[in-house]
Amino acid sequence: MLKDRTAIAGIGETSFGKLLPASEERLACEAILAALDDAGIAPREVDGLCSFTMETTDATEVARNIGAGDITFFSQVGYGGGAGCATVGQAAMAVVAGQANVVVAWRSRKRSARSARIWASAADSVAASGRWSRPWGLLRPADEVAMLARRYMHQFGATREAFAEVALALRAHANRNPRAAMYSRPLSRDEYMTARWVSEPLCLFDCCLESDGALAAVIVSRERARDCRRPPVYIHAFAQAMPRQIYSMTNYFCEDPLRTPSFVCGKLLWRDCDFTPADVKVAQIYDAFSPLILFALEGFGFCGRGEAADFVRGGRLRWDSGAVAVNTAGGSLSEAYVHGFNLITEGVRQMRGTSTAQVEGANCCLVASAEAVPSGALLLRS
Amino acid sequence: MADVPSWAGEEDAPFWQGVACGELRVQSCARCRRLRFPPRPFCPLCCSPESAWQPMSGRGTLWSYVIVHPPLVAPFAELAPYNVIVVALEEDPAIRMVGNLLAEPHGPINKVKPDQIRIGARVKAVFSEGPGGLRLPRWIYE
Repeated sequence: MLKDRTAIAGIGETSFGKLLPASEERLACEAILAALDDAGIAPREVDGLCSFTMETTDATEVARNIGAGDITFFSQVGYGGGAGCATVGQAAMAVVAGQANVVVAWRSRKRSARSARIWASAADSVAASGRWSRPWGLLRPADEVAMLARRYMHQFGATREAFAEVALALRAHANRNPRAAMYSRPLSRDEYMTARWVSEPLCLFDCCLESDGALAAVIVSRERARDCRRPPVYIHAFAQAMPRQIYSMTNYFCEDPLRTPSFVCGKLLWRDCDFTPADVKVAQIYDAFSPLILFALEGFGFCGRGEAADFVRGGRLRWDSGAVAVNTAGGSLSEAYVHGFNLITEGVRQMRGTSTAQVEGANCCLVASAEAVPSGALLLRS
Repeated sequence: MADVPSWAGEEDAPFWQGVACGELRVQSCARCRRLRFPPRPFCPLCCSPESAWQPMSGRGTLWSYVIVHPPLVAPFAELAPYNVIVVALEEDPAIRMVGNLLAEPHGPINKVKPDQIRIGARVKAVFSEGPGGLRLPRWIYE
């Protein structure tokens, strides 16, 4: 069992922004070196590397740049935004299994240029995974998630008010976080309700930002973590999930498309856990699109199936609500879109007590990767 | 075969050949008869690699929809806002297909008003040309 046997000893981030001049390779190494410095661990001690299959910076490049020692664990996790938590979770498994001692998990991404958007070439090159949707004009991730969101609204009687609760809470958190892209841009309910559509029922403010940036975390054993520069943030539980008959992004073809990965992930996550959903006062949940947070709140058991719209009503996702604070740095909607890795670093800050929207009395934090694809989740504790 | 798009998967050809002759076909297991879509080499129920293709009635119900707005790429950009729907087939509501809702059989994908699109409405398949001249199954209200 993984329970508390490893910890995140260090985190590092570059600045986030539009059209950053540095390459993804440079940003990756900058974030990794910052994370190692945060932990107080020398780069030559790194013997494990874990990232996303979509990562463009090769592990050997990272190892050479930072002057790592001999690497004995290297791994990549697939499915884009579904990968974040699993890069950390698999690093933890490698440490517990004795395959490595100091593992770095990272994500570096430059996505703010229009040409960097994956869907921009979708119409003429129908990729293998899109051949049952793109010929009909379902082109972008926003369209693919909007289809599930509309079905969700119909099946459970939810309205756009629930999406607005998500967008407004996250924006309020970003307004407290000077590193967030939307730090100085408040958002009103009126602005939300009158915003332009992207893919109806999703409007502009239901969709994540497009950002450049890189982040990293350093995973070591609990014994090692106790000797590091910062207080350890323990990896209490980890789960991955690929629900039966899932289709990545266009999950319309199985028996129950709204049984999202978190329904499966949650079962494993809570199984060996000292906490229940009722104990969780803060969560960082992947939010490329606002409805994904509603799906996850149900899947992880914060409320019953179909009840998330009621659950979030009245600002209950806000940091000071006393319910469950979600995405306390602003998330992908309002801090930066870096494939959800900023949810992991914010989870660590909450456990260290250093968030700009610090949740009082929070002794554990759920971090969950993307709902629309095979995914993963972590439960961190202080 | 010209009717089968170049990017089709190796199991997909009978679907597109059906579309070319105005028939909606779905793959089924040759052993246990279970329908499956999208096409794939093995039956998820009994793992048989033998499949047979069945003609469908072309009737279904609208399961979900979106109205797609810019920014978009060609050739869809000029059609926006347009609809994309998912239809659950009458033969097995767990068999669902992405399509478009048309006002008339050969009409464009942006003519049905958004407030006239209803989940649960009965629809039937029609066949019309999509981008690049490819013939696609699409849907009209029954």
